Amino acid sequence: MSTPMSASIEVGAATARPQAPTGFWRRALRHRSFVIGGTLSLMVLGAALLSLVWTPWSAYEIDVASKLRPPSAAHWLGTDVLGRDIVSLLLVGARSTIMVGIIAVGIGITFGVSLGLLAAARKGWTEEIIMRMSDFTFAFPAVLSAIMLAAVAGPGMVTSITAIGIFQIPTLVRLTRGSANAIWAREFVLAARASGKGGFRITIEHVLPNVLPILIVQATIQFALAILAEAALSYLGLGTQPPQPSWGRMLNDAQTLLFQSPMLAVYPGAAIAIAVLGLNLLGDGLRDLLDPRLARER
Amino acid sequence: MSGSINTPLIEVRDLGIRLNTSRGPAQAVRGVSFSLKRGETLGLVGESGCGKSVTALALMGLLPDSAVVSGSIRLDGSELVGLSDANYGKLRGNRISMIFQEPMTALNPMHTIGRQVAEPLRRHTNCSAAEARKEAIALLDRVGLPDAAKRVDAYPHQFSGGQRQRVTIAMALACQPDVLIADEPTTALDVTIQGQILDLIAGLVAERGMSMILISHDLGVIAENVQRMMVMYGGTVVESGATNAVFTRMGHPYTQGLFRARPRLGARKGTRLQTIAGTVPELADLPSGCTFADRCAIVEDRCRMALPAVVDVSAGHGVRCVRTDVSMAEAVGAVGA
Ligand SMILES: Nc1ncnc2c1ncn2[C@@H]1O[C@H](COP(=O)(O)OP(=O)(O)O)[C@@H](O)[C@H]1O
Ligand SMILES: [Mg+2]
Repeated sequence: MSTPMSASIEVGAATARPQAPTGFWRRALRHRSFVIGGTLSLMVLGAALLSLVWTPWSAYEIDVASKLRPPSAAHWLGTDVLGRDIVSLLLVGARSTIMVGIIAVGIGITFGVSLGLLAAARKGWTEEIIMRMSDFTFAFPAVLSAIMLAAVAGPGMVTSITAIGIFQIPTLVRLTRGSANAIWAREFVLAARASGKGGFRITIEHVLPNVLPILIVQATIQFALAILAEAALSYLGLGTQPPQPSWGRMLNDAQTLLFQSPMLAVYPGAAIAIAVLGLNLLGDGLRDLLDPRLARER
Repeated sequence: MSGSINTPLIEVRDLGIRLNTSRGPAQAVRGVSFSLKRGETLGLVGESGCGKSVTALALMGLLPDSAVVSGSIRLDGSELVGLSDANYGKLRGNRISMIFQEPMTALNPMHTIGRQVAEPLRRHTNCSAAEARKEAIALLDRVGLPDAAKRVDAYPHQFSGGQRQRVTIAMALACQPDVLIADEPTTALDVTIQGQILDLIAGLVAERGMSMILISHDLGVIAENVQRMMVMYGGTVVESGATNAVFTRMGHPYTQGLFRARPRLGARKGTRLQTIAGTVPELADLPSGCTFADRCAIVEDRCRMALPAVVDVSAGHGVRCVRTDVSMAEAVGAVGA
């Protein structure tokens, strides 16, 4: 493969031993990136969950009379140009972000991992076709495919989720195929074949469990990429549509008032940064924790 | 069990294997023919890189897709060359099994040993999970794994190399195969354990009336464990015959070289170990004539012309050499050298 790889991690460190849970958590809680990343990610998740049951104000209620208020006891971070409470918008925005992230990464993992495993198991022209298709898809960034999709299906959350999901597939195909090829070359796969197992069972029972640690780490990074892409698409008006709040939309709304009320852009910007940083640190931590070479040194 | 008593269990005729190497396609194995009767044991010996494993993988149908296999391999009279992978899968682990060199890597680190031993049973017989587990424990017990019933749910990394090789043996024997191919089964193990594992394999083969192909680079291992032997060099069989006959009177300069180069216990200090000059050629560099020509002390021009024919130096003892008159003038073997 001559095309450069996007964010993906080292291929080949693929074997993890099943850990006693206590051992895993004991090491995890001592791992700085894992703890910080986990905390930040949980904060975002907590905000999204909280918004389902409680927000200080309604995030949809427009009150132009009280627009652009500075922070106060009533509105902790003030209000936006339509008089909506910023804290409430951030909480509900977390929900959009997480939903888009989960569904888009879900699409990416489902198709990317299946195709990657298939390419590694079948080789030959199957692999060739999958890899060429994935190179082709890779050439289109999420924004471009979202613009094309929006032209056909109209802008909106479904469009942006689909575009981001498709955008995730090639990276995951390549990572999965690369790691799976390394597993296929291992002697225990030859031994499994020598005991009569076919390609499908070997993939499910031997290849997938051994590439799983790598995929888990990559999923956190893909999640962060999806959040960035969602924000970018909403900012461009191609993603989440009003009145549904999202961090990207908040940035978009803040844009025209950048000199008048710069904090309106800072809040959603910081929320995006916290989520992305949290997920990246979490991925970093998981990479160390799931690496058997480090795990074995007790 | 379709074949009659007289048809050999395995019959290989003029086996050729072409592999893709970094330097283009090359003939890794040429003109290998042999047959193996039920219950018979055959050794395959030669230095590393001579084509022993490739030959074994061809029998198992496990060569890479890019490999081209010519000639014929028959199991109980039915042809295996060109068999689909799905049909081959029904034979592997069921009628033909294989043990590999590296017990450290031949087991999946993520699965318990019990599960791995039970898998061939689940695949090839219609026994239940519980029955397969019971059978797995019995097998692990039979191969001498201490505390089999307790350790059946342990993971490979919790065992030593020797114990893991016992597990892979149990895996290979689970479905009572007709043929066991053991590819350097003790090479990766401590010397002290090698003997135990070989004895275990020999015992199981005799007990179950299996045929065995034992691959080793060590003449001593071959001498003690098989009835017949083939010496391989550069992808060709240079000498074959009953183990006794070959060791009594070695015909091929390569076999003689291997014999002289074997490490000996009790050799007087300071005795230089004789070695065969030169190294095994890379596949792409294999000569078209006798593959051993470049390292042979008694090479002549005609050796390089074409692959020498097999000369029967006694009944069932064949040597692929045009100069057996010279090479065998001085008896090399158990009595000589
Ligand atoms: N998959 C392969 N592709 C290309 N060459 C191979 C492959 N497997 C083995 N070879 C080459 O074939 C020759 C015989 O190898 P092998 O059968 O493994 O030797 P050994 O007698 O040590 O078991 C060696 O030169 C080796 O490099
Ligand atoms: Mg070998």
